[in-house]
Amino acid sequence: MSIEIKVPVMGESVTEATVGRWLKKKGDAVTQDEPLVELETDKVAVEVPAPASGILEDISAEAGATVKVGAVLGAVKEGAAGAAAAKPAAKAETPKPAAKAEAKPEAKPVAKSEVPPPPPSVKRIAEEQKLDTATIDGSGKHGQVTKGDALAALEARKKEKPVAVASSGTRAKSDREERVPMTRLRKTIALRLKESQDIAAQLTTFNEVDMSKVMALRSSTKDAFEKKHGVKLGFMGFFVKACIAALKEIPSVNAEIDGDDIVYKNYYDIGVAVSTERGLVVPVVRDADAISIAGIESAIGDFGGRARESKLKLEELLGGTFTISNGGVFGSLMSTPILNMPQSGILGMHKIQNRPVAVGDKIEIRPMMYLALSYDHRLVDGREAVTFLVRVKENIEDPQRLLLDL
Amino acid sequence: MADTYDVVVIGGGPGGYNCAIRAGQLGLKVACIDKRGVFGGTCLNVGCIPSKALLHASELYEEAGEHFPKMGIEVKGLSVNLKGLMAHKDKAVSELTKGIEFLFKKNKVEGIVGEGKIVAPGTISVTTKDGTREITAKNIVIATGSDVAPLKGVTIDEKQIVSSTGALTLPEIPKRLLVVGAGVIGLELGSVWRRLGSEVTVIEFLDRICPGLDLETGKQFQRILTKQGMSFKLSAKVTGVTKKGKALSVTVEPAAGGTAETLEADVILVAIGRRPYTDNLGLDEAGVKRDERGRVVTDHHYATNVKGIYAIGDVREGPMLAHKAEDEGVAAAEILAGRAGHVNYDAIPSVIYTYPEVATVGKTEEELKAAGVEYKVGKFPFTANARAKSNLTTDGFVKILADAKTDRVLGAHMVGPDVGNMIGEVVLAMEFSGSSEDIARTCHAHPTLSETIRQAAMGVEGWTMQM
Repeated sequence: MSIEIKVPVMGESVTEATVGRWLKKKGDAVTQDEPLVELETDKVAVEVPAPASGILEDISAEAGATVKVGAVLGAVKEGAAGAAAAKPAAKAETPKPAAKAEAKPEAKPVAKSEVPPPPPSVKRIAEEQKLDTATIDGSGKHGQVTKGDALAALEARKKEKPVAVASSGTRAKSDREERVPMTRLRKTIALRLKESQDIAAQLTTFNEVDMSKVMALRSSTKDAFEKKHGVKLGFMGFFVKACIAALKEIPSVNAEIDGDDIVYKNYYDIGVAVSTERGLVVPVVRDADAISIAGIESAIGDFGGRARESKLKLEELLGGTFTISNGGVFGSLMSTPILNMPQSGILGMHKIQNRPVAVGDKIEIRPMMYLALSYDHRLVDGREAVTFLVRVKENIEDPQRLLLDL
Repeated sequence: MADTYDVVVIGGGPGGYNCAIRAGQLGLKVACIDKRGVFGGTCLNVGCIPSKALLHASELYEEAGEHFPKMGIEVKGLSVNLKGLMAHKDKAVSELTKGIEFLFKKNKVEGIVGEGKIVAPGTISVTTKDGTREITAKNIVIATGSDVAPLKGVTIDEKQIVSSTGALTLPEIPKRLLVVGAGVIGLELGSVWRRLGSEVTVIEFLDRICPGLDLETGKQFQRILTKQGMSFKLSAKVTGVTKKGKALSVTVEPAAGGTAETLEADVILVAIGRRPYTDNLGLDEAGVKRDERGRVVTDHHYATNVKGIYAIGDVREGPMLAHKAEDEGVAAAEILAGRAGHVNYDAIPSVIYTYPEVATVGKTEEELKAAGVEYKVGKFPFTANARAKSNLTTDGFVKILADAKTDRVLGAHMVGPDVGNMIGEVVLAMEFSGSSEDIARTCHAHPTLSETIRQAAMGVEGWTMQM
C-alpha cells in the first residue's frame, strides 16, 4: 500500500516551504522515521521522515519547489522494507498508474486553514495562471478570495513583470557572475531586516567594557565548571545575566509596541544570534532569568550545534524579548546591530582586544570590548538606553554585582 | 412595579417578533407588545401569508382550467367555493399565528396583547383589556410597521372600496375590480381576483408598473400580465369615486392633467403604497426624530436620536419587506446583546408572488447606469429551459448583472415560474461576493428551472451553452 509523504505542520505562522535536498532516491529502501527530504521554511529547516518502512515509490515535489503544509511530496510503498528480496516485487508494482493518479490532485496547494477555500472562479484562475491564492488578501467573507481579488492580483503581477524583465535585460549575461535564487531563509532575513528599519526609530549607543575581571573569573573556574556542568564556561552566560539585570532596571528595553499600546514583559526570553551556513538564526533562551549561568551556557551550546545542522525546532526561534548578537567571534570591533522586531533592544558584543586604557592615573593594558546597544527610540529614551548599557558594562566589569543583585 | 425588561419590542410583526425571539435566545429579558390581539403583524394577519394562500389556491384553479386540458387531463365541473377558499386562508393564518406564541414560549419572550405607548425613554404604558399599567425597559424597539397609505378623495370602507385588508376577505367575486396602484400588492391581489373571474383594470400614476423594478423586467412582466387578461391604464390617476347604485363610478384623469374619463367598477382596491405607522406611540412626547415621510430616523445600529429607543422594519427607511424587517430585528437584538448585528442591504431579495413570479436582488440596470458602473449582462429565457418547457411554464427570463471588471454579481432580475424560491441562490452568491462565473461553475441539477440561472450566469461572460 502506498503512503503519501506530506508536508508536516511546522508551526502556526508557517504555511509553505521550499523543498530542499531529497536524501533518498526514488526506489531506495527506507525505514520508518528515517529522514527523506529537507524542507526549508521562513524560520527553520526541517527534515521530513518516512511515514512508514518500505520503498520510496514516488517523488512528486522536486528540490526547489514551493509546497504548502499538507501537500504531497511523494509516496512510500509500505511493507517492501529495505531487503533486496523485496525489490522485484516493488518494481513490478511501481508502474501502477492508479497510485499516482490518487496522489496528484492532493499535491495542489491547500489553502490557509483559517480562510475559506476559494470559489470555483478563483480556482480556475489559480490553476490557469499559476496564481498562489494563499498570498492574496481576500475581500470576501472571512477573508475568502473573490474573483475580483484574483483578477486584481493577476493585474498586479502583470505590472510587476515587465519591470523585472527590463532590469535583468539591461545587464549583460556574464560568466563572471553567478545568479542563484535566494533561499527562503535569506529572503526572510532580507524582509525582516528591512521591515525592522522601516518601522522602528533605530539608533545605537556605544560603550566599552573592561573584561579583566570576567576573564580572571572564567580562567580560575573554567575547569571546575566544565567538570561539573559538562559545558565550557564562555562569556555569553555573563552577558545574558548582565543584560537581564539591566532589563529589570530599564523595562522599556524589554518591551514592544503593539498598535497604540506598549507591552512591558515581565519575563526574559533572550535571543542569541547564531550564525550558520544558511544565514543567521536567533534561538531563544526562555526565562533566562530563572536559569543559572551553566544552564544558559549549555542551552546556547546546544542551539549552536543544532543550528549548524539545521535541526532547530521552529518554536525555539519564536518570541524572544531581547537579543544579543556577538560579532566579536568574527573579529568585529564595532557594529550597529539591527533590531529583531518587535523587540526594542539588541546588544552587540565585539572582539576582546588588549588596549591601553587609563586606570586611575596610569596607562594599563586591559582586555577591552566595545558594546553597542541598538534601540527603538519610539519607546526607549536616550537616557534609558545609555543607562542600560552602562549597567551592562558595570555588571561585566564587576561580576559579583550579579551575585549580589546590585 | 414589575422588573425592568432588557428589551421591550412594540409591534409583533416579522420585525418585532423575530427581534424578541432573538433577544430571548441571547438571554435578554424581553417582552413583545402587540395590539392586534394576535401576533404576526400585517404580514401574517393581513399581508404576505393570507395573500399567498389565496394566490396559491387561485393559481391552481387557473392551472386546472387552462393547463390541464393541454396536458391531457380533463376536468369537469371546476368551480370556486369562495367560502372554502377563505376558510383555507384563515386556517393557514391561525396556525401560523399560534406558531409565534409557541416560539415566544420556547424562547422566553413575554407576549403582551395590548397597546404600547412610550411615556418616556425607558417607560412604556401598556393598555390591555385589564387596564393600563407602566413597564420599564432598558431598551425599547419600535417595530410598529406600516399601514395602508390613503388615497386623496377616496374613503376606504373595506366593503366596496377596500385596502389590501378588505381585498383578502371579499364576500363575493366582483365582476369588475379596479386596482389603484400597480405595485406588488395591487398586482398580486389583482391576479387573485382575475383568476377567480373578475375583470381587472389597474390604474397607475407612473408610466410603468412596479416602479423601482428593473425596466426590462418590468416591461416583460406587464406584457405577461396583459396576456393573462389584466388591463392597465398607466400615467393616470383616480380623482374621485361616487356610488352609483350597487356599482362605483370612478373618475380617472391623465397624470399630467387633461380630460377625465369615467370607469365603472364593483370593487376598488386602493393599493398605492404603505406609510410608516407610529400613531399613538408617544414619539413626539419622547422626542424621537422622524423624516419628512414620517419614518423614524435611526443610525445604522437602529438607534434613534433618543438613547435607549431603537426602530426596525417598515417604520424606518428601506424597502417595506417582511424579511428586511426580520433581518433588522435580529441585528438589533444582537446589537442590544453586545454582539455584531449587521444587515447587508445590497443582498435583500424582493419577490412578487404572481404567476409568473418576479424576483429581484441587488442593483437594476438603470441604477448601475446612473452610478456609472460598468457591467455585463447575462440573460436566459425560460423557453429554452427543458423543465419549463415540459411544465408549460415558459414565460419569463433570468437576467444576471455583474461588474465588467471583477465579474462580481451586482444584481439579478427574474420573471418566471418559481423564481421567488430560486432567487435565494443568487442572494447567497452575492452575500459571499460571488462572481457570475462562480454561479456558472456551480453544478445545477437537471432538469430544473434553476438551470436557467446558471445559463444566464454563463451568459455574462458569453458562454451560455443551451441557447
